[in-house]
Amino acid sequence: MEPILEIKNLNYIYSAGTPFEHKALDNISFRVHRGEFIGIIGHTGSGKSTLMQQLNGLLKPTSGTVLLDGQDIWSDKKLTRQARFRVGLVFQYPEYQLFEETVYKDIAFGPKNMGLPAEEIDRRVREAAGFVGLTQAQLDASPFDLSGGQKRRVAIAGVIAMEPEVLILDEPTAGLDPIGRAGILGNIEAYRKAKNATIMMVSHSMEDVARLTDRLLVLNGSKLAMDGTPAEVFTHAEELVNMGLSIPQVTQVFLQLRKLGLDVENVYTLDQAVAALKSLKGGAGNA
Amino acid sequence: MLKDITLGQFFPGNSLIHRLDPRTKLIMLIVYIVALFLAQSWVTYALMFVFLAAVIYISTIPLKSIVRGMKPLVMILVFTGVLNLFFTQEGRVLVDFWIITITTGGISRAAMMMARILMLITCTFLLTYTTSPIALTDGLESLMNPLKKIKVPVHELSMMMCIALRFIPTLIEETDKIMSAQKARGADFETGSLMDRAKALIPILVPLFISAFRRADELATAMECRCYQGGEGRTKMKQLHYHRPDFAAFGSGALLIAAVVVLGRFGL
Repeated sequence: MEPILEIKNLNYIYSAGTPFEHKALDNISFRVHRGEFIGIIGHTGSGKSTLMQQLNGLLKPTSGTVLLDGQDIWSDKKLTRQARFRVGLVFQYPEYQLFEETVYKDIAFGPKNMGLPAEEIDRRVREAAGFVGLTQAQLDASPFDLSGGQKRRVAIAGVIAMEPEVLILDEPTAGLDPIGRAGILGNIEAYRKAKNATIMMVSHSMEDVARLTDRLLVLNGSKLAMDGTPAEVFTHAEELVNMGLSIPQVTQVFLQLRKLGLDVENVYTLDQAVAALKSLKGGAGNA
Repeated sequence: MLKDITLGQFFPGNSLIHRLDPRTKLIMLIVYIVALFLAQSWVTYALMFVFLAAVIYISTIPLKSIVRGMKPLVMILVFTGVLNLFFTQEGRVLVDFWIITITTGGISRAAMMMARILMLITCTFLLTYTTSPIALTDGLESLMNPLKKIKVPVHELSMMMCIALRFIPTLIEETDKIMSAQKARGADFETGSLMDRAKALIPILVPLFISAFRRADELATAMECRCYQGGEGRTKMKQLHYHRPDFAAFGSGALLIAAVVVLGRFGL
């Protein structure tokens, strides 16, 4: 299958040629396939946010290419603009970007910029509002009258309404309570299933990425340190800790159990842990 | 990038000029400007220039950053030069063509005015380059203290200035972030008619204003939580004191003015 996004030898240097020069991305290459759910983890300052802005053409790479459907997004002005719509980017704390009088108008901002006809805009706004669970009454309200969690949903809907093939989110659950977190993560899953979209999510919650994603990219010191399934990545517990990251709590418990001499596999979600313990108990009973 | 604006930028350092009391630097700035306007001849201008060059040398500020700060002012400089060149009709006529008349007096006048503006700007740059915004407001407050007698809210003014300076970089960063977020939704700031571009600013300005008010509100609460109630009875962690270098600076300032006045008497 052809990858939807292909990143080749990407380098990015901030303030090149000044004393403040800083290499934010160092020779990064990877491919993203349609329908994947990718988690991006890394210490603060490891280059996650810079990488995300490369993928939809907000930042121009110092060297290297970003291919969207096999086409270099910087080869043509039109392609760069298209990349903004085909790769949707939700920034950290996106509720601070709201500006319209009503929630409806704010969600319609993206589709309007795409130059879509009015009926199509209306359909997309209502569908996007549906994905994030906004009611009709809320669509007519001012975004500034909503609660923090609701504002965040409006901002995410504003990006979803462009119906991007790749949806990138920078810590979409930061600063929310457990119910808000579960709600937003559920909305993202729903969008992915409905549109067969690709999701890339930056997160500091190892539990979330372990449970939701099917692939993890680990950034460390501007470099791509690891690229693999959560199962593969979380076996390198020590390296992750050295990078200032952690592993899911349940994985830590099982690593300790193994050290104590129990014959268990590495697990990284609660469900797996329950299954592993059950089989262990069953096995012990048979012996 | 928006971040590249050098407006009253502070260059941290530990030179003699950096360590001077901010009040000394403020007073010296005024002294220097007064001397600059008293100076009327090339001899006194040379003296002013040598003085300024010495201060730049002692301050260890790279010449490059001073020149870079001048760039936005090139237009004013050229404008002043051209005006003086054409409207001063003294001395020998060099060029007389159509309505343009250039005289020797015009050339020397234009050169002097441009030199004066250049030195004026450089000396104010030196103040902001070597003095942190907080030290600067501290110095201003202390110098304006006598105005309290005629009910000028000196402390409040200096606190407002301090907070405004403190939040310039924060707001610039915030603007960058909001611009990126709106660009990710397809906002276009570069093309279209003037009207289109003005309209395109709304998605940036509205969130920016809201966040500025939110920040102001939070800051006010945080200040009240720490029992801030204005300048009355408030003590300072860093007391301002004059030291020996400050007196040396005042001495050199007095000498400079005296030299300019005396040289002026001799028609130089």
